[in-house]
Amino acid sequence: MATERERRFVGPRRGQLIFAIFFFAVSALLLALIGSETQWVKKTKLVAQPRFWPAVGLGLMTVLSAIHLCRLPWRRITRYDWREARKWLSVLEFAGWFMGYVLLVPVIGYLPVTLVFVPLLSWRMGYRGGRMLGLAALFALAVVVVFKSFLAVKIPGGAAYEYLPDGLRSLFILYF
Amino acid sequence: MELLLSSLDILARWDVALALLVGSVGGVVIGAIPGVGPAVAIAILLPATFSMDPIVGLTVLLGIYGSSMYGGSIPAVLINTPGTAVNALTTYDGYPMTARGEPRRALSLAYSSSFFGGIFSVICLILFAPVLARVAPMFGSREIFLAALLGIILVVVAHRGQSLIAGALAGFGIWLQSIGMEPVKYTQRYTFDQPFLQGGVNLIVVVLGLFALSQAFVLLTSDDEKIRMTRLRGPLFQGLRELARHPRVATVSASFGVMMGMIPGVGEFTAQFMSYTYAQRTSKRPQDFGNGASEGLIAAETSNNAVPAAAMVPLLALGIPGEALTAMMLSVFYVHNVVPGPQLFQSRMDFVVALYLALLILNVLVMIFLLSATGLLVKVVKIPNRFLGVCVLTLSFVGVYSLRNSVSDCVMAAGFGVLGYILKRLSWPIVPIILGMVLGGIMEVKLRAGMARVKTPWDFIDRPIAFILFFVIIIVLAVHARHVWQDRKALKEAEWKSRHRSTSFGARLLRRRKFLLKERGKVVRGRRKMLSRQSTELY
Repeated sequence: MATERERRFVGPRRGQLIFAIFFFAVSALLLALIGSETQWVKKTKLVAQPRFWPAVGLGLMTVLSAIHLCRLPWRRITRYDWREARKWLSVLEFAGWFMGYVLLVPVIGYLPVTLVFVPLLSWRMGYRGGRMLGLAALFALAVVVVFKSFLAVKIPGGAAYEYLPDGLRSLFILYF
Repeated sequence: MELLLSSLDILARWDVALALLVGSVGGVVIGAIPGVGPAVAIAILLPATFSMDPIVGLTVLLGIYGSSMYGGSIPAVLINTPGTAVNALTTYDGYPMTARGEPRRALSLAYSSSFFGGIFSVICLILFAPVLARVAPMFGSREIFLAALLGIILVVVAHRGQSLIAGALAGFGIWLQSIGMEPVKYTQRYTFDQPFLQGGVNLIVVVLGLFALSQAFVLLTSDDEKIRMTRLRGPLFQGLRELARHPRVATVSASFGVMMGMIPGVGEFTAQFMSYTYAQRTSKRPQDFGNGASEGLIAAETSNNAVPAAAMVPLLALGIPGEALTAMMLSVFYVHNVVPGPQLFQSRMDFVVALYLALLILNVLVMIFLLSATGLLVKVVKIPNRFLGVCVLTLSFVGVYSLRNSVSDCVMAAGFGVLGYILKRLSWPIVPIILGMVLGGIMEVKLRAGMARVKTPWDFIDRPIAFILFFVIIIVLAVHARHVWQDRKALKEAEWKSRHRSTSFGARLLRRRKFLLKERGKVVRGRRKMLSRQSTELY
């Protein structure tokens, strides 16, 4: 049965202890590195020291996360905590998709990569019907037209555009 | 009058008109899609606005900020799911109205209340602008430092029950902004000899990671929900008439919205809570609240829509953003070399009034759009979650990569996306990180400048506004300490009440001895003795 302390806790139980320990450990480690990662300048007031604000930030992180950890109503990591940690790691797949997209755009070009990326990820997410894949391709085209062609955001043309015929090359580099 | 004309002159351009239209319509659509919200949209669009004029870029972002709450009321009323976080209170009375067959009444009342809140706050602030222009120059470095400190403290204490972790995350934000080359002594701070960290951690990269990418991850890992939509028939004008029957609730709620919006770090939730509580306490039928009370819906929607205009006050007058969305807008000002603060009110008052007028026009545009296109707009609520996740991930790329075409920015954004996802799963607050980053930077600069003429600690608060701010900080901390003490006391009491009788061995023996020595005990003992004798005789 849940105790009164557990009932009053804001947020779910799963994963709290693991992340609180991780956050405290990282904060303490960074605070321990303050001597080597910042400098103390002579003949300078305390508040003007380059070390002052990192110390304030890391001090707050370490002290408050330590108190939070002490006040957590749980002391043991259960299998639900580990299952939650595995769930956190599962999003690394989508972070990988994002980074793949980032790395391919300067090589192949914004329009072709987006036209493949959006339907492919939609297919991966389970939308395998023609209608949804068509909508995904339409969305991809709309994004490129709105942002690159119309709003002219700074996305460089792909290296592969160099192999296009003269007339198309500059058009693709500028607008797609 | 001259000021008003020159402000109108700033707005009388085709690109500003287009920005108003795109911002208002886009904001409503984004607000109507549960799971996206204005923060994600603003984070994605931010780099795209850098190439625009300040007034055009800010109008688009203000449009999204100001109109998303109108759109957010649609799913809140029709499917009991708030479109944006601040529409959560709308579901309390909006959805019960839909459930009893009055979706049209609920929506029209939500639109009318939002419209009233928006217009009321803009008019208040236009009237209040001359006073602000007089007060703002009284804010020097010390006052701005204290106001920023107050903002951080308010953000932390506003997360009741989570203030420890909110404080730790604000500290994380302060530390993040300190990474890179320190601008006065030119020393490295936490760069670990990595060249990409020398320029510091970009606020927009953090914002995009924590808001947009993390939301994409949340959507991609969630399940699609089947949505049963209620059909809407007939016009949506009746809400204005019904609103006119509750002028007191509407005006008080809008006033709460304006007041809470102006205080950094407080925002919509507190305004809504106060308005809703006021409306319930003063209502003739308080039992109807939560079951489809029109006054409850008016209180919730009027107060949340009065906040965006008011939230621009600390941003424009002091350069201090009170929440994540205004923090993002601050970066647009900096990109265009328009530094918000006391000087802006003195030198470019027409620009400030033009922004308020843009908000006024925006509210009218949104109202017209909603009254004519709600039937169509209802369909966007049905977009499946995971497909929405694909769209947000694709759009996040535009935001991060177009900033500096840097792969390391994208890696950092992906990292912050994973962090944001974990924080969302744990229900830890994200806003303190952003405000820690923005306000930490302001505090560093202003404290250094403010301490130049300070010899004793008392000198720091010897000016009237500095003293008032310091006094307010002390009061806020004292009130928070009292709340913490009361919560602790209540917890102890609850634990004491729910605690079972002691099961320690000594106490158990004592109870047993007492029982055996009593008359009843003797009878029981005798019976058991007899039973045991009988049973032994059997063998």
